[in-house]
Amino acid sequence: MSTSKPLLSIRGLSIDYYTLSGIIHAVRRVDLELCSGESLCIVGESGSGKSTLGVALSLALPLNAVVKSGSIIYNDIDLLRARRDVIDKIKGREITMIFQDPLATFSPLHTIGEHLEDIAISKLGISKREASNIVVDVLKKVRMPDVDRVLKSYPHELSGGMLQRAAIGAAILTKPKIIVADEPTSMLDATIQAQILSLLKELVRSEGTSLVLITHNLGVALRVCEKTAIMYAGVIVEDGSTLDIIKEPLHPYTKSLLASIPRSSHRVSRIIHIQGEPLDPRLEVSGCPFANRCPSARDKCFESVDYVKIGDRRVYCNLYSR
Amino acid sequence: MGLFPCDFFKFLVKRPLYTTGFIIVVAFIILGCIAPYILTKPEDAWGVTYDLNKAFQPPSPEYPFGTDAYGRDMLNRVILGSRYSLIIAVCVVGLSLIIGVIVGLVAGYLAGIIGTVLMRLTDMFLAYPPLLLAVAFASVLGRGVLTAIIALAISWWPWYARLMYISVNSVKSALYVEAAKVIGLSKFTIMTKYILPNSLIPVVTQAMLDMGSAILEASALSFLGVGVPPPIPEWGRLISEGWVYVSKAYWITFFPGLVLLVTVVGFNLLGDAVKEYMNPRLRSIVAKR
Repeated sequence: MSTSKPLLSIRGLSIDYYTLSGIIHAVRRVDLELCSGESLCIVGESGSGKSTLGVALSLALPLNAVVKSGSIIYNDIDLLRARRDVIDKIKGREITMIFQDPLATFSPLHTIGEHLEDIAISKLGISKREASNIVVDVLKKVRMPDVDRVLKSYPHELSGGMLQRAAIGAAILTKPKIIVADEPTSMLDATIQAQILSLLKELVRSEGTSLVLITHNLGVALRVCEKTAIMYAGVIVEDGSTLDIIKEPLHPYTKSLLASIPRSSHRVSRIIHIQGEPLDPRLEVSGCPFANRCPSARDKCFESVDYVKIGDRRVYCNLYSR
Repeated sequence: MGLFPCDFFKFLVKRPLYTTGFIIVVAFIILGCIAPYILTKPEDAWGVTYDLNKAFQPPSPEYPFGTDAYGRDMLNRVILGSRYSLIIAVCVVGLSLIIGVIVGLVAGYLAGIIGTVLMRLTDMFLAYPPLLLAVAFASVLGRGVLTAIIALAISWWPWYARLMYISVNSVKSALYVEAAKVIGLSKFTIMTKYILPNSLIPVVTQAMLDMGSAILEASALSFLGVGVPPPIPEWGRLISEGWVYVSKAYWITFFPGLVLLVTVVGFNLLGDAVKEYMNPRLRSIVAKR
């Protein structure tokens, strides 16, 4: 971990969902740190709690979500316990979010210009004329082609890539300190994905914004973020520099995840998958959540496990404890 | 997004069918406004004549729509009737639409206790047959055009409140509402700017379709002896009065019925036009019909 004071730190965060089928433990005892200007990728499969973590960061947890323990500290403010007016200043202004489905992010009855101006007017408290100038600047910054037409266009008239550019524009409009991007490229086709990712990376660098990118794709992580955290069943099983994790995965889950990526260079008759079922999110676990699928699990793994620090990296596995 | 900017006329010009509907509605509104001043036989129209010698005259150059059982000229009665029927239809639907939309929007978006109370209140109104409720209110309030409007609106708004409530519930789970919340826009802004226009479309369409029913419902009120007092001509009354003689003198029912049909078709076309206009996705397509 870096030595400078982190911009955002998550301490022992646990989030439960109260549903009709029981209490779902979506996020379990998560510790994470994010420094100013840093980009962090949270990688995990569906249901691993990565999106819940993202929503918690953008302060938009649904009503049935309960923060059982822990805190999210941003600039010495505990976001989960701060007063309403403090939150209003941070939410949507210093912390913004980009969603997965760019078409659904915009109301079908409003033009892109109206959407962006609304954000500028309500969040920056400026006049309509100033807002429209800012909006044009921001759309140029996200390299939107044909800005004048886009401003007057309705969402259905634009392509997914253009809409996602507009959504990124909306997210950087207020010059936020942190952008949370929840699978921003999974709805786009491969060539547009690459463009959007490099745009994000570039903007984060030029604006000095921190980025939390949530994805299930390690390739995306490698392309954009220097740091990565691997999440499984609500637990961060491993974090560290993206390159290190991909070069030399430590946690058995990360190893199996990397092994299951189909490669064009090797001819394999079958795609390798991880044996067994993911952990039932309703279960409480004291040991490693991956133990029931882990090829190198020992008896101790089912009982207790703790983080082990190896250089800059952290792994939640007994294999490395002395 | 305004509801009727001049874009609406540009939109209409490209769609002859909707233009027809718009012209019909405008024509009837104008007719309703000037009706008392263009009558050729005002005493027939207001229903003060009583001349059995002229009763049941079939359509002829002198009486283009024929005469009724009391020897009144039907054309004049239909023209004057347009005034009352349109006032009733537009006011009843308009008033119920305003109440229903506000109730449905607030109940749907705020949910919780306020929402439950509002919707159970709506259910209470829905539990009574609408005509019965209207008759009850009309008989308490007394006879007259205004009381007819109030009585009908009271029995009418819960249907729009329900429809709006359902519509708001489907819209409020949309990602763009979620996104607006994450941005931190105020509840009021989200409700009025994003949820209201997006959930209004089915309600407005239904309201336009209801114009005809409102005219008929008003006539049912007068038929039952409450509502608009006789002999004020109102299309519903003209139809129900003539119904008794339909085998002998079809024209008494036929012409008011025809006019009512044309008006309702006009309103329906206008309703479709408004629906299409409000949805930018449909607006940009030029219909080939």
